[in-house]
Amino acid sequence: MAQKADKQLGFYVDTAKCTGCKTCQLSCKDENDLKVGVNWRRVYEYAGGNWVQHQDGTFDQNVFTYYTSISCNHCAKPACAQACPTGAMHKRANDGLVVVNQDVCIGCRYCEMACPYGAPQFDAQKKVMTKCDGCYDRVEAGKMPICIDSCPLRALDFGPIEELRARYGSEADIAPLPDSSLTSPSLVLKANRNAKPSGDRTGQIINTREV
Amino acid sequence: MKKIVDKALAATLDRRSFIKWGASASSAAVLTANSLPLKAATPSVDKTSPGEKTVWSACTVNCGSRCALRHHVKDGVIAYTTTDNTGDDVYGNHQVRACLRGRSFRKRVYNADRLKYPMKRVGNRGEGRFERISWDEAFDTIAENLKRIKNTYGNEAIYLNYCTGTLGGTVAKSWPPAATPIARLMNCWGGYLNHYGDYSTAQIAVSLPYLYGGSWVDNNCTSDVVNTRLIVNFGNNPAETRMSGAGIVYQLSEARERSNARMIVFDPRLTDSMLSDGDEWVPLRPGTDAALVAGMAWVMITEDLVDKAFLDRYTIGYDDESLPASAPKNASWKSYILGKGPDGTAKTPQWAAQITGVPAKKIIELAREIAGTKPCNIMQGWGLQRTANGEQASRAICMLAVMTGNVGIPGGGTGAREGSYSMPFAVFPTLSNPVTTSIPMFLWTDAIHRHNEMTALTDGIRGADKLTQPIKFIWNYAGNCIINQHADTNRTHAILQDDQLCEMIVVIDNHMTPSARYADILLPDLTAAEQPDFAINGSCGNMGYTIFCDTAVEPLYECRSVYDMCTEVAKRLGVEQAFTEGRDQEAWLRHIYAESQQLNPFLKDLDFDTFRQQGIVKQQNPGEPMVQFRTFRENPEANPLDTPSGKIEIYSERLAAIADSWTLGKDDVIRPLPEYVSSWEGHESPAADKYPLQMFGFHYKARTHSTYGNVDVLRETNPQEVLVNPIDAKARSINDGDLLKIWNDRGEIRVVAKVTPRIMPGVIAMGQGSWYAPDRKGVDLGACMNTLTTQRPSPLAKGNPQHSNLVDIAKV
Repeated sequence: MAQKADKQLGFYVDTAKCTGCKTCQLSCKDENDLKVGVNWRRVYEYAGGNWVQHQDGTFDQNVFTYYTSISCNHCAKPACAQACPTGAMHKRANDGLVVVNQDVCIGCRYCEMACPYGAPQFDAQKKVMTKCDGCYDRVEAGKMPICIDSCPLRALDFGPIEELRARYGSEADIAPLPDSSLTSPSLVLKANRNAKPSGDRTGQIINTREV
Repeated sequence: MKKIVDKALAATLDRRSFIKWGASASSAAVLTANSLPLKAATPSVDKTSPGEKTVWSACTVNCGSRCALRHHVKDGVIAYTTTDNTGDDVYGNHQVRACLRGRSFRKRVYNADRLKYPMKRVGNRGEGRFERISWDEAFDTIAENLKRIKNTYGNEAIYLNYCTGTLGGTVAKSWPPAATPIARLMNCWGGYLNHYGDYSTAQIAVSLPYLYGGSWVDNNCTSDVVNTRLIVNFGNNPAETRMSGAGIVYQLSEARERSNARMIVFDPRLTDSMLSDGDEWVPLRPGTDAALVAGMAWVMITEDLVDKAFLDRYTIGYDDESLPASAPKNASWKSYILGKGPDGTAKTPQWAAQITGVPAKKIIELAREIAGTKPCNIMQGWGLQRTANGEQASRAICMLAVMTGNVGIPGGGTGAREGSYSMPFAVFPTLSNPVTTSIPMFLWTDAIHRHNEMTALTDGIRGADKLTQPIKFIWNYAGNCIINQHADTNRTHAILQDDQLCEMIVVIDNHMTPSARYADILLPDLTAAEQPDFAINGSCGNMGYTIFCDTAVEPLYECRSVYDMCTEVAKRLGVEQAFTEGRDQEAWLRHIYAESQQLNPFLKDLDFDTFRQQGIVKQQNPGEPMVQFRTFRENPEANPLDTPSGKIEIYSERLAAIADSWTLGKDDVIRPLPEYVSSWEGHESPAADKYPLQMFGFHYKARTHSTYGNVDVLRETNPQEVLVNPIDAKARSINDGDLLKIWNDRGEIRVVAKVTPRIMPGVIAMGQGSWYAPDRKGVDLGACMNTLTTQRPSPLAKGNPQHSNLVDIAKV
């Protein structure tokens, strides 16, 4: 359904550099004045591994962890827009950013259920959906999205997805994210040394109350 | 005044709705289900409207970093906050990017807990019942009580509590106490009781100088990590303690990218600092670092891996040949390790393994790697010295650097925490304190109720043989140590209940913190966004910087600056002219800046008003990254250390003398060697039968200590939870997300369980600094970990052991 965009903007996340500090998430919340319960960017803490206690009281372990900072991946095949009965959730032709028109949105939350990345966030006060809009107003003014410039570790990047892929590769299938074939996210990841492939069952998201 | 906050909240909403949604309303009709005339639907909007201005400021809290903030102000209200955007962000001259807390700064300015006007206590201390008073009544009451207490007890009864809420300021500066406007005020009027040490570094600050000399020991600058081949990290966690984008976390990341150095981390918790390639996590039980070092030392000594030439030339006490004449036989480090000392125990890897929990084969393997990889930077954080045996442990870690000869060379280090460069800048002059007596900061509650027992030999009193007066008056400016951050909240509460003991507590702060509830007079302070100041001493390794904090918004409510408050009290004490020298805060800043331009030629061409517009000034260290003790290493005879022998004192005669002369508590140990001592409230202590879990606190993303603890969006994304290993959780039928009680003989708290393999079995941990909120029975629903910590001081520094706690947990 989505028309092909003139160009497609997307995100890069270096999960080897990310320390899970959440500055991206909070700078987004501040700039967009998001209330508690609405998080356009979320930082998932993925961990696993086991402990073995030996007879002498010592331990061995193979515990691993890493973070993935995810907002909206402005997918080529956005499940949210496909699920939207009103067309409020739509993909911009000029830059491929997926945004919601709140004047049209009826708050049915189908998009929220459809998105495998948790990007659409319901505003319980206004009874409409909200989500990362790629800071299109900043981008059109020649700036980066607020999260990108906020990162203390310089682990985030943003731009035309083809450029990001040329620079960083095309990895987008790291747990706990879903198989990228589902929605063709405009997302490039750098794998942490502990990174597990999408679908991995050896770890789990351990900060479920935060995201 | 309520209007301002309402307006603030409304304005932020309005801005967004206007910008994002209002603009698209007219085009909504164009939209149909699947056709997307997107340019019409989402036009470009310039957010900078004519009424909007951007003002430079800083986050001045006590995180150890220092970040620039740019407040975007619309209609007199901060609409949102960004950070340093100058330059091209190339590392070395990079942007000083604020962390998640700085980005939430306006939530502290416009906060429901904000103090609005002066108040006096009407209920019991801690009850939180206050009555509004005028500023005049507040100042008069303070001045009258100061005079009365001075007349009865003298200036020694007046105390400036440890307060770090705004330590990053210059005039509005809350730490160190001697650098604050309160100190200047009191120094104009006869002085106050000093303290030494702090909650951050009490033990390491005292212990390392016995090894290396001087008054404070740094490691090499983090920028020097580019020169290392291996990092051996004991509990240093910059990802959560130095989170800034100009902070140590970013610097370490960049330096390691260049050096490609592997990092071995010893920590009971898999922290966010060890997610990179080449990291190895070695969990060890809290309080056992010195045992691990001893086990590795055994390997290095028995396999002849030590740098003997270095030890012979630069140290004393390594072996019996280099012991000072006063030392008994077999008192050397080598004898201790090999079991030839008084305890007769060889510190084999097997011995260390059962104490630390680290397998012996791992100890052997790492000892060989550390000894065989040069240069090697051995570093430590400050958490492990906040324990019952922190003085011994922090010194022991340095022994790895000493034995391997890594001290004083690029890429090496001392075993201490990182050093850094900061640009020369003048300070607010606070004059000198006529009172010389100084107490260990951790013993301030004792100085209220048992001062007459406190002497130099029993309680570490300095500057006098004993404490002659109790603390009767407390100034508490921008700090939460009256209850929250001091250990053992229930004991503190009991001591403060009697207002015949400490007769007056003046709290100056922004919010109704747990400590503010204990005030007799409570004064509403300005935030950093409401007054002009400098944030100085910002540093990121080889780059120093200073931030001009301008007034972003007018003072809220009846809030006043601490400088104003001090001026008013000075007036009533008859020392106004001495205090102000005729200057207001702005005039002081101009004065301090003029002095800085004299002090630092780099600032010569940057005038005050240009600096104000520019917001931040960065200055590179003109030389190589600092290498601690480099000149000593190059020529120890010409450049001896500031120890009695001029060398690294593995065996300290000074400590031997203290151990002989001081009166110590049961099981308190001070040793001339950096030996492992099994401590009270450690896993080997008898109390572990009753309370089998060790508990420590860590610096949490949600807060800087307790600052930002009342910001909803930070609490949402970083909830207060206790980390529990799945093994311990299973044994107690605890599931992730369960509400737990944690208790010991000192108190009980409630907190949600986060079941995670990132903490080792037998140990639990939680973010320190959550706000104390006792119910009627005294159960702390706020999960302030100090409800469970002890006020028992460490043996040597009389410092805080807040990470040595035995507890148990259960599902509620």
